[in-house]
Amino acid sequence: MKNLLIAGVGGQGSLLASRILGAVYLSVGMDVKVSEVHGMSQRGGSVITYVRAGDKVASPLIPEGETELLIALEQLEALRWMSHVRPGGAVVMSTQIILPMPVITGQTAYPENIADAVCGCGLQTYVVQAHDIAVGLSDTRVSNVVLLGAASRLVGFAPEVWDDALRVAVKPRFLEINRQAFALGRAALEAEG
Amino acid sequence: MAETMMLGNQAVARGLWEAGCRFVSSYPGTPSTEITEYVSEYPEVYAEWAPNEKVAVEAAVGASVAGARAFSGMKHVGLNVAADPIFTAAYTGVSAGLVVAVADDQGMHSSQNEQDSRHYARAAKLPMLEPSDSAECLDFARRAFDLSEAHDTPVLLRLSTRVSHSQSRVTPSERQERERRPYQKDAGKYVMVPAAARVRHAAVETRLTALTEVAETSAFNTVERHDKRIGVVAAGIAYQTAREALGEKASYFKLGMIWPLPEASLRAFAAEVDTLFVIEELDDFIETHCRKLGLAVQGKALFSPLGEYTAEQVRAVILGTEAPAQTPAAIPGRPPVLCPGCPHRGLFHVLHKMKLTVTGDIGCYTLGASPPLSAIDLCICMGASVSSLHGFVQVRPEMAGQTVAVIGDSTFFHSGITGLINMVYNKSHGTVLILDNAITGMTGHQQNPATGLTLQGVPTHKLDIEALCRAVGVGRVRVLDPHDLAEMEAALREELAAPEPSVIVARRPCVLLPYVKRETPLAIDGPNCRGCRACMNIGCPAIRTDGRVMTIDRSLCVGCGLCARLCRFGAIHPEGEQKA
Repeated sequence: MKNLLIAGVGGQGSLLASRILGAVYLSVGMDVKVSEVHGMSQRGGSVITYVRAGDKVASPLIPEGETELLIALEQLEALRWMSHVRPGGAVVMSTQIILPMPVITGQTAYPENIADAVCGCGLQTYVVQAHDIAVGLSDTRVSNVVLLGAASRLVGFAPEVWDDALRVAVKPRFLEINRQAFALGRAALEAEG
Repeated sequence: MAETMMLGNQAVARGLWEAGCRFVSSYPGTPSTEITEYVSEYPEVYAEWAPNEKVAVEAAVGASVAGARAFSGMKHVGLNVAADPIFTAAYTGVSAGLVVAVADDQGMHSSQNEQDSRHYARAAKLPMLEPSDSAECLDFARRAFDLSEAHDTPVLLRLSTRVSHSQSRVTPSERQERERRPYQKDAGKYVMVPAAARVRHAAVETRLTALTEVAETSAFNTVERHDKRIGVVAAGIAYQTAREALGEKASYFKLGMIWPLPEASLRAFAAEVDTLFVIEELDDFIETHCRKLGLAVQGKALFSPLGEYTAEQVRAVILGTEAPAQTPAAIPGRPPVLCPGCPHRGLFHVLHKMKLTVTGDIGCYTLGASPPLSAIDLCICMGASVSSLHGFVQVRPEMAGQTVAVIGDSTFFHSGITGLINMVYNKSHGTVLILDNAITGMTGHQQNPATGLTLQGVPTHKLDIEALCRAVGVGRVRVLDPHDLAEMEAALREELAAPEPSVIVARRPCVLLPYVKRETPLAIDGPNCRGCRACMNIGCPAIRTDGRVMTIDRSLCVGCGLCARLCRFGAIHPEGEQKA
């Protein structure tokens, strides 16, 4: 069973990322379920979506501690969900920081050195400047696909499979920029090693 | 069509289309909204947004009686609004098939309560089907129409957040086009005066017996035999959770039809297994039925009536595995907030500043209750802000000058307008603020009677909110820009002093609408910022503190300028225009 968890903040595009992953697994002939989050949590709240693939998937939710790969679009969300990753699992996280309201209002502090904390807990961790790369493409909305491009190195499958999935999940007029974002993300993880 | 991935709601829409459904009327409500949005893309189906769920179901009943397969979709709290016509439609029955979908929200991901809609099936004596994934969503939606016509009954289709909002594999097929049935006047069947209703009640009871036979024999309910030491009765998402948790360590009686429930086949399954568990989220609906049959079952004594179940919980209870440890670290929470540039933010800032008591309503603006705005005192259900304002000030007339209602445009048409009629009719005081952001915001931008567009984006009559308020008898109606803080405050003082009902329409479009232009992001010049934190009081996610001074995250800021209006030191300017 492949268990992937995408964690982010409302508005960052975790939903699109999960749909692209779902299309990838469907195209290689696996049973797949993708749980999406709609509604209240789109308003800047914490958003998690699950992608599960295998011979036969029952629940769309990943049991705790069985996530193989955590894709985190924001640092604090990486920290929040890393305990769901199984020993030996991997984390691909963006360096982006989005302050939650209790931090903005001074009720609590944003944790420091999150990347070190995530790296230090025995998981394979890959840190990607996804937001900066997206800024470089003049479209911050594609940072989700940059990160997915990086994650694609760990998920596997040929680049054509991913390209087909992008075509299924992304509106035609945004396809080209998303292709570029994906390719830069994929290259970024290669550079990381 | 080849196998594809579909959202549960999308698959329901496909099932409606394949079944030859011609008429859909709904009111948006998470997690049900996408059914109607997806079905509106099929040209063979007439689909509309109605002002509320009662209107939607009544329209669907009319379409069914007129001979076309009809559908209405809603969330659990919407079913409460539609309950009145549904209970009587159970008596009239249908002509062409009539299906009503209700999406429950276990875990309250975006709802004001956690409600088990299965009780409605039993109370209204209607059959209810419950799919457990997208493939079943399509299949059950299609077969619900056949069941409806075969037994002359409306059929309820129960969904849940995790079924509505999960994608899984679906194999679509073609539409079965259906001619309209001929219309036949039949007052004894369709006019529910007491004499006719007494006859129809007997028909309902007879039908329920026939439907119990369907529950015994149909493929909606299936048995999956594995290890017989543990037997599980479950339906919908709870079945999938149980299947995930127990795999082949248990045998399953999977219910696709959850009312009426079978008796003989449940007894037979119980006799096959050593220990029988009912795994169902929320209430002990199936368990109660099993107990009535005299079956020894384990259920809510072991499982919580709260929220969604996880596979770990089910494993822990049934297999005695260790429950997973809770996440230990204290990680800052991330509650939802009003978007940067949200037009409601300025209004809530004024309400907070004036220390007004606020009766609230359902929509994005419910987020005005969160700190630092903390500007809502009461929130019950759609439309309740206006009617509860009336009750509040009748009992506390001394607070009439400091109590207001806030309600969105779509919510006002849903059920706020009747509250306003009541305020005028019963000579109430109090000010109603209609937060007109030119769209139905929280559910993801659905058109409504004041946007001037239909569900399909076709231009239509644009309801004039001010004229409507005047027409019900409100003498004092005014329109203001919620970003104009000083004018808003002055207007509130005036309206609250007036000894009669008044309405302020706070009008500014939702910042997420495609036609709303992003302005140049703002920046704070450090030397002029005194660190007074006045700009922090509006709860904008783009503003943050960096030690002593404040900064603005340019990737989040849309340049609405609200923070600049609050800065007494003139430290906030559009980027590139800072003072030296």
